[in-house]
Amino acid sequence: MDAATISPMALLELKDLRVALEDGTEIVKGVDLRVDTNEVHAIMGPNGSGKSTLAYAIAGHPAYEITGGRILFDGEDVTEAGADERAQAGLFLAFQYPHAIPGVTVTNFLRTAINSVRKAHNDGKDDPIPVKEFRTALFAEMDRLKVSRELASRYLNDGFSGGEKKRVEILQMAMLRPRIAVLDETDSGLDIDALKVVAGGVKELVGPGMGALVITHYQRILNYIEPDFVHVFVGGRIVEEGGPELALELERSGYSKWEPPAKEAA
Amino acid sequence: MAQTETEIVQGIGADYGTKYGFSNPDEAKDYFFKSGRGLSHELVDAISSHKDEPDWMRKFRHESLDNFLRRPLPTWGGDLSGIDFDNIFYYIKPTEKQAESWEDLPADIKDTWDKLGIPEAEKKYLAGVGAQYESEVVYHKLQADLESKGVVFLDMDSGLREREDLVKEYFGTIIPNNDNKFAALNSAVWSGGSFIYVPPGVRVELPLQAYFRINAENMGQFERTLIIVDEDAYVHYVEGCTAPIYSSDSLHSAVVEIIVKPRGRCRYTTIQNWSNNVYNLVTKRAVAYEDATMEWVDGNLGSKLTMKYPAIWLLGERAHGEVLSIAFAGSGQHQDAGGKVVHVAPKTSSVITSKSISKNGGRAGYRGLLEVAKGAKNAKSKVVCDALILDEDSRSDTYPYIQIDENEVDIGHEATVSKIGEEQLFYLMSRGLSEAEASAMVVSGFVEPITKELPLEYAVEMNRLIQLQMEGSVG
Repeated sequence: MDAATISPMALLELKDLRVALEDGTEIVKGVDLRVDTNEVHAIMGPNGSGKSTLAYAIAGHPAYEITGGRILFDGEDVTEAGADERAQAGLFLAFQYPHAIPGVTVTNFLRTAINSVRKAHNDGKDDPIPVKEFRTALFAEMDRLKVSRELASRYLNDGFSGGEKKRVEILQMAMLRPRIAVLDETDSGLDIDALKVVAGGVKELVGPGMGALVITHYQRILNYIEPDFVHVFVGGRIVEEGGPELALELERSGYSKWEPPAKEAA
Repeated sequence: MAQTETEIVQGIGADYGTKYGFSNPDEAKDYFFKSGRGLSHELVDAISSHKDEPDWMRKFRHESLDNFLRRPLPTWGGDLSGIDFDNIFYYIKPTEKQAESWEDLPADIKDTWDKLGIPEAEKKYLAGVGAQYESEVVYHKLQADLESKGVVFLDMDSGLREREDLVKEYFGTIIPNNDNKFAALNSAVWSGGSFIYVPPGVRVELPLQAYFRINAENMGQFERTLIIVDEDAYVHYVEGCTAPIYSSDSLHSAVVEIIVKPRGRCRYTTIQNWSNNVYNLVTKRAVAYEDATMEWVDGNLGSKLTMKYPAIWLLGERAHGEVLSIAFAGSGQHQDAGGKVVHVAPKTSSVITSKSISKNGGRAGYRGLLEVAKGAKNAKSKVVCDALILDEDSRSDTYPYIQIDENEVDIGHEATVSKIGEEQLFYLMSRGLSEAEASAMVVSGFVEPITKELPLEYAVEMNRLIQLQMEGSVG
């Protein structure tokens, strides 16, 4: 019997997902993907292949229109759900370019986010995290991710270096404890030491409680988070799938064998 | 189901009745003295007699009324044509005598203030409470250590009785009774407000607080505040107000005069949240002498129309002035706020920071005047005004008037207008915040440079009001 047909439903499932920009241009052209807890998936693709669009669509960005297919999370169809509902259900997106929120401290932001999620899990009634519990967890995670404690009272991503922003993304993930984390080019702009810390932070969370979908152009980050599955993503489609060895092969030969020949300039 | 804006705006005031005990129709019958509607020399005379004022004050009131009647309505700023001056109660006094302690207060008034938590707040950290119920301060207590330092903190009527020397010397000197139409009106019918004198070298470390509200339909509130900070002294005065919803228009027109003597420092913090039918037309002006510092922190939420431009005249060398203002305009509201600084002496410095937010068709504007007189060499000033517009129906205006008659100056001006970005909202929502929570967070962050200057309980209330305003604005 085919193993796939009898395996239970995965936590995150994309079924023939198609995504277009507001002007109608189709970017993601039919993607099937299953990500479960205790799994690390890598989506590898060249620039412009639609990787970030896929990540935004999974997270529920309103500017990306789902033109076909479905997104299931924990068996529920969340294709039309808002980004907040998906996050409350346990989905997390680490942004490639995190946005600055001037005037809002990292601490205040994190506490509000945690309380929003807790409220959603408490039938819409407030259930704020005790202050002491929050602070203890925050400082423990900051130390583990080598994020300076001084950042806790700074405004979120406001004047942060590229490396600080990426670490704070992982800090948010560690505090929010999602069930599926999508990491969009988290490796870009990180030096090797920062990359190790960030990758280590993700790796530690992957387990029975969390699965990860690592979106990347380069194989580099996968040296530190070894993927169970590698999906090659070109032209809005998954064109090949395999194990960790596929990532190494891509490192050697690149994406050219899947890419269409460059069009003549008009 | 998302609530409509109308429901939200009405909702903000609707629970005041149960929460604060406002708008109790039975209370209105118990007033000791209530003037008829409308304005006349007879009324001014009646107020003055009723208060048993000295003759100079009676004359001042009459002269002020003449000035008020002579002056036309201002045609700039906001639309004032809806004010019906003949349909306003200009004076209501709730009890005959000032209460000396909490226990002496009449039961219905006490009940109201119990609901507002005044005694608890006082226990916590208030140095004194002036609670303006209707037109007059009825409860006023000064903690013993302040009294022993010679600090005077009274309602204005008591100030006139007990410290006539000081009041006569300074009253109406910073804002003359012909300054503008509404200052003239206040000068004619003023009642209540605070009188504060801080003797040389005395630092009042805890903020002095007063609460104001309007609680009778069609009742004008014309409080008058005079603060004198003597040499090397310091005081922080805080006023806040909430008001119930009324069916007809109401007028609030206060006058605040402040004198900061050499090396003194005064900070005056206001958070106003008038109901959406109130015309809030306030004249606030301070003078700062050598090495003195004056700071206005001014938050305007609510009201139908607010016109308020706290002013500072920097009269002595190295005097420093700051104006921090926030204006939040929702549906049917027009906030015309800003600041005014006049550099008269050399080496004076000032900073004006204005943040305005408009949503659901609201209109928020910054109107500021920066003036540097000839001879104010090496004056330095920075004006920053930022506007946040939350939707297509709302409006923001900036009128930064600058008049410089001196060459050796350092003047900076920055203005920004922004909208909440879809990307910012998505980022916050991807962490589990609802759209309303995400919007409120961006707005709270926008005004943070000012809320961080507020006493904690005001900062908390400010953020709560912003959250209320943002709820239901989804989509």
